Amino acid sequence: MSVGLVVVSHSAKVAEGVVELAAQMAGGVRIQAAGGTDDGGIGTDATMIAEAITAADEGDGVLVLVDLGSAVLSAQLAIDELVEEETRGRVRIAEAPVVEGAVVAAIQAGTGSSLDEVDQAARGAATMVKVKDG
Amino acid sequence: MDAACVRSWLGVVATRLEAERDFLTQLDAAIGDADHGINMHRGFTAVMARVGDIEEATPGQLLKAAGRTFVSTVGGAAGPLYGTAFLQAGEALGDAASFGPRLLLDALRASLEGVQRIGAASPGDKTMVDALSPALGAFELELRMGGSLETATSGAREAAAEGMRATIPLQARKGRASYLGPRSVGHQDPGATSTALMFAALEQAVLADRSHRFAAGARRRGSGA
Repeated sequence: MSVGLVVVSHSAKVAEGVVELAAQMAGGVRIQAAGGTDDGGIGTDATMIAEAITAADEGDGVLVLVDLGSAVLSAQLAIDELVEEETRGRVRIAEAPVVEGAVVAAIQAGTGSSLDEVDQAARGAATMVKVKDG
Repeated sequence: MDAACVRSWLGVVATRLEAERDFLTQLDAAIGDADHGINMHRGFTAVMARVGDIEEATPGQLLKAAGRTFVSTVGGAAGPLYGTAFLQAGEALGDAASFGPRLLLDALRASLEGVQRIGAASPGDKTMVDALSPALGAFELELRMGGSLETATSGAREAAAEGMRATIPLQARKGRASYLGPRSVGHQDPGATSTALMFAALEQAVLADRSHRFAAGARRRGSGA
């Protein structure tokens, strides 16, 4: 068992691409994409996010990575109103950039870490140094 | 207010949104992503189709159905925000077949709390909260002073419109408009505008309901004599 991940983006392609990338880094972790609206447009859909959370949950918790704006609102709504009460307590939105956060979180989750540890790892991706002295 | 009155309110909102669609989109083009009118209109068209399919329902069930429909048809921030507002209002009304001003106050309060929990916006951030919060305040004050459902909804409509206009000089601190920083000043917030529209529609539905009842009462008195 491991912590599951959900990647939320305004674009279905971005969400699927991030899932593809993160899954490549860590096998055996449930990573679900919830991007775009249900008619294929740009936007976010709380119902779709709630379903992804349920699908990603193995019982150890779910970390949700979001891009911005309504992605945050829709994810919050999905957690507060739409997922089962039992799941609700073990779902968290990451304070992290969506691509880097998902990759780091997937690797951490793959080691069997707790939700706290996976969340912390994703958070660290926000201050990841990419160009020395940059 | 009963389920028929809630349906009539939703219907008035839909009609007004249709008329104001381009105006809302223009407001949103200035500081947002130019989709608010389109999103609200699409969401409410779906809401009307959904509630039209439900034959028997309490006011709470209707509002919850409206909220769920809104969430799944509106991709922008309005989806989760208005979706929450309707879901919470529906929740607050419980199984009641009809409700008076007290329960409506509870529903409005639950809506505001839900919107603030999801969106983390405070009054003055240039959001829908700037219309919703004063509307709730005015509604409550009117009831405390012994007002009726009609005067309370009228006060709420006025306060929401005032709050909406008061967003013009504000700098946005939430949503896409906040990325513009000082350039968001001087524009009326689209979300506050659609919220004010809903309160105007509420007043219209309440007044229509009252005159409808009055006419029905007059007919009964006429035939029962």
